[in-house]
Amino acid sequence: MSARRLLLLLLAAVALAAIPWLVDGLLGVTWVRILSFAALYVVLALGLNITVGYAGLLDLGYIAFFAVGAYTYALLSSPQFGLHWPLWATLPLSAGAAGLFGLLLGTPLLRLRGDYLAIVTLGFGEITRIFINNLNSPVNITNGPQGVNQIDALRVGGVDFSQALHVGGFEVPAAYMPCLLFILLAALLAWACTRLQTSRIGRAWQAIRQDPLAAAACGIDLRRYKLLAFALGASAGGMAGGLFAGFQGFISPESFSLTESIMVLCMIVLGGMGHVPGVIVGALILATLPEALRALGPLQQALLGHVWVDPADLRMLVFGLALVAMMLVRPAGLWPRGAGR
Amino acid sequence: MRPLLAASGIGKRFGGLQALDGVTLEVAAGHIHGLIGPNGAGKTTLFNVLTGLYSADAGTVQLDGEVIGGLEPHRVVAAGLSRTFQNIRLFAATPVLDNVLVGAHLRGSEGLLGALFPSPALRREQARLRDQALALLDYVGVGKHAARPAGELSYGDQRRVEIARALAAEPKLLALDEPAAGMNPAETEALRDLLARIRHDGTTLLLIEHDVKLVMGLCDRVTVLDFGRRIADGAPEAVRNDPAVIAAYLGSPAGGAPE
Repeated sequence: MSARRLLLLLLAAVALAAIPWLVDGLLGVTWVRILSFAALYVVLALGLNITVGYAGLLDLGYIAFFAVGAYTYALLSSPQFGLHWPLWATLPLSAGAAGLFGLLLGTPLLRLRGDYLAIVTLGFGEITRIFINNLNSPVNITNGPQGVNQIDALRVGGVDFSQALHVGGFEVPAAYMPCLLFILLAALLAWACTRLQTSRIGRAWQAIRQDPLAAAACGIDLRRYKLLAFALGASAGGMAGGLFAGFQGFISPESFSLTESIMVLCMIVLGGMGHVPGVIVGALILATLPEALRALGPLQQALLGHVWVDPADLRMLVFGLALVAMMLVRPAGLWPRGAGR
Repeated sequence: MRPLLAASGIGKRFGGLQALDGVTLEVAAGHIHGLIGPNGAGKTTLFNVLTGLYSADAGTVQLDGEVIGGLEPHRVVAAGLSRTFQNIRLFAATPVLDNVLVGAHLRGSEGLLGALFPSPALRREQARLRDQALALLDYVGVGKHAARPAGELSYGDQRRVEIARALAAEPKLLALDEPAAGMNPAETEALRDLLARIRHDGTTLLLIEHDVKLVMGLCDRVTVLDFGRRIADGAPEAVRNDPAVIAAYLGSPAGGAPE
């Protein structure tokens, strides 16, 4: 690695690490928490992008892997079973369990294409949620609709990501800690996705997405590469799930509804399917848009003297309009892959 | 001498249609072997059986002594048989060079870990495959288009890219399904030179073709199918004068048609 690349890498790391301070200074500390969730959505969107954007396998039940990861973490580090495993064990297990789930789901789906695949994955997502919702009897595993509470915070070694960190005389506020962790993981995943895309595996996915028959005639084992895409996407979702559980401290089945699957898919479509920077932008926009649109309430008050439409309703309206406008104006996404790439 | 490709007794039925009925095909190493016949004779069906896209109802296929009948398409490629398609099937949105690199898929060894943390050996391998793919594009005459999306190229050039993609797997036998279809006379002439060069450089060719002039001028041996059966097999001259072949092409009783 050249000195110049090392310098660039260092600059990028510093810039990423500075984000919480910047956001806090400009928008206030609530936005640091919003940004933490947004970074989790980036991880989710990048994961789904492997399955949908790279390999072309339309998965409408992606949030199920998020749920599997979240519950894996929650059950291994909460009073539910009295287990309190460390993060270095639970997080890989969350990703691994979701990846295994991806393989299990992917195997019977290998022969399905397009719409059929979408319908079956949609069903799978709902089945998973309902299963979790009802797995409190006869043996109470998931605690049913009440969800799992008092989940251990994210903690590695002596560093607790829910507490402020003191390094020398320097203090990193508690609210910044999870945000920094999520940004780090999202950046690592983005790097891995970029590497994968231009690799032999990425080319194989690209071939399968465009013409599976021709891909097979080039010597590509369709089964193997489709399953790999499913499992990798699922693992990323599972990792995000584990982080989500540790960050929130409680989880319940209602966090894993179909709407969430659709939302993550929208992030990819909005940003630019198959293009890492686009997917990141799409995830950040859609994850922060609802919060930004809260300002519509006070805005109405100021301009019209009365809140005519509840901001919560208006949010969905604006969201819908934005998506329709997108499809008309930039059907390939806000930041699609450039031509010739 | 053992033939490179030996298919015998191949049968394939689609519902009520017997598309292939006990077809035998032997391709000698180093030959350009033509496969001709009227529309609907079963040529492409035979290709699809040989390359694993269809599974045959009957018969055996061996490539260089190895049984490839019934293998999945990617395993057939691994065994040394690559193909092109009648209706070009390139990855249209992908750059031409990457199309050829996909063709070289089986010659690479980069996996998941290698993609993220390539060792020096893997880097060298990928660089070598890239250089070879570029050389292959020059070889078929489309080197200057390497960076363009394959779908933007002219019809004739796309056919060449598809041949390069198939050659990238370094097959023992290259099967081409109507490579001259839709080409003008000049392009067909250039294609003939390319195919002769490929044979000269050590790859055996099996060729479905409608352009009888091209087949007769280029092939060492020709097999003729009609209604799913082999009706003739031999040197081009002998096949051209075979009454059964003339009848099949002109639809008149055997021997009744003038040349």
